[in-house]
Amino acid sequence: MSSVPDDLKYSKEHEWVRSDSGVVTIGITHFAQEQLGDVVFVELPEKGATVRQFSSLGVVESVKAASDIYAPISGEVVERNVKVIEKPELVNSAPYGDGWLIKVRLADKGELAQLLSPADYRSHIGETAGAGGD
Amino acid sequence: MATETPTLRRTPLFEKHEALGAKIVPFAGYEMPIQYEGIVAEHRAVRGRAGLFDLSHMGEFFFKGRTAGAMLDRLVSSDIAGLAVGEARYGLLTNERGTIVDDVIVYRISDDEYMVVVNAANIAKDRAHVLAHLGQDVAFDDRSFGTALVAIQGPRAPEILASQTSADVTSLPSFGVTQGRVAGARATLARTGYTGEDGFEVFVANADAAKVWDALLGAGRDAGIKPIGLGARDTLRLEARFSLYGNDIDETTNPIEAGLGWTCKLDKEFTGRDVIAAKKAAGPKRKIVGLVVDGGVARHGHEVTAAGEVVGQVTSGTYGPTVEKNIALAYVPTPLSKAGTVLAIRIRGKDVPATVVKTPFYRRPE
Repeated sequence: MSSVPDDLKYSKEHEWVRSDSGVVTIGITHFAQEQLGDVVFVELPEKGATVRQFSSLGVVESVKAASDIYAPISGEVVERNVKVIEKPELVNSAPYGDGWLIKVRLADKGELAQLLSPADYRSHIGETAGAGGD
Repeated sequence: MATETPTLRRTPLFEKHEALGAKIVPFAGYEMPIQYEGIVAEHRAVRGRAGLFDLSHMGEFFFKGRTAGAMLDRLVSSDIAGLAVGEARYGLLTNERGTIVDDVIVYRISDDEYMVVVNAANIAKDRAHVLAHLGQDVAFDDRSFGTALVAIQGPRAPEILASQTSADVTSLPSFGVTQGRVAGARATLARTGYTGEDGFEVFVANADAAKVWDALLGAGRDAGIKPIGLGARDTLRLEARFSLYGNDIDETTNPIEAGLGWTCKLDKEFTGRDVIAAKKAAGPKRKIVGLVVDGGVARHGHEVTAAGEVVGQVTSGTYGPTVEKNIALAYVPTPLSKAGTVLAIRIRGKDVPATVVKTPFYRRPE
């Protein structure tokens, strides 16, 4: 798995966004899960809640510490990942797959433009371009 | 962000940790490995196989003289006068107020020599404390900065260590201490630890630390030994319900409320004895309890609530990888300290249910 997949957008706070048809999937990046270490608890907003871009949407706790997750975009929560609440270690083992956190109905498509491209995110975390595969 | 602090010390194994890919953090004035592969994997290695720890930051005080044992018996809460050569005992350094200066292990090395192992963060304070009480004919030597400590812990630890030493470690009893060579280096070996598993602590001169570390890591490879950082050291000790100085106990806590009354031999003279005996007789107002938290991870400093009122504070909390629960220690009023009592922990403004349980959270299978 690439540590920074090319088909996603990223926030400086290490969340990713996968955008399909007005509903986006949100998770935290491979880099973020590596920094956190073993994730043991995930707190997510309820379905129907509203999240605001760059505001806290929930918390991921590792053995060591609790870390806020920030919403990379604004909108209404249409689904939360029940599997990741039951098995928080999915955030470590599959941060871009089964370890996704919530799905949000995009309130403002323009917000996507404020996110980082894969290349920009790679340089943000100090990874050189092209060295994304691992 | 962590900034470069020029005063941080390094143990003689610092380069080993870097080569093993450890995450290094400042701890008690040292740059120490907090994890290598990951806390959960390291924790499980110690419970199931074996783990190797660099604990060279810990302090080692030596006391020599005909009256060294009697002097330590007055400084430490437990029965030091009753220690035979080759025996070690856990105890507390206490002050006149009956509170805890440090928790230590006292090893009787020979007829007239004792080693006291103290917490790294307390080395300077403990040194001042013991010097103020030092007898005329007792020689004190603080060898903290010249002594390395490598711990090998876990069910496979005895066979791995036995393969590298002349000392008969497999028949050494729990809390026994002996001398021998490990990987050719002169060592003091003790069957002590801080993980809840069987295991040993090996004290050597700084110059021999790398040799001993490499030998034990190499000898344990087939058994699945892993290097273990301070992160897993904390989850291991908390499951086994060992107190952490600075978190669970300090100079504001007395041994009775801290659940360490068993370390206090009240029918002898030691500093603070009368205060501690009075606390025991009156019954403590608060007690440390084990909690299992349902829906969040409790951390040091979180408030404990009962019916919405703050009644106490969490002193240690984590996810316990072996018990697979979120566990914590907290001081609560004595009437709320019974096993089965349902309290709550205020985590990010929400009161999350937490049940008082008997400790330890984990007990090694016999």
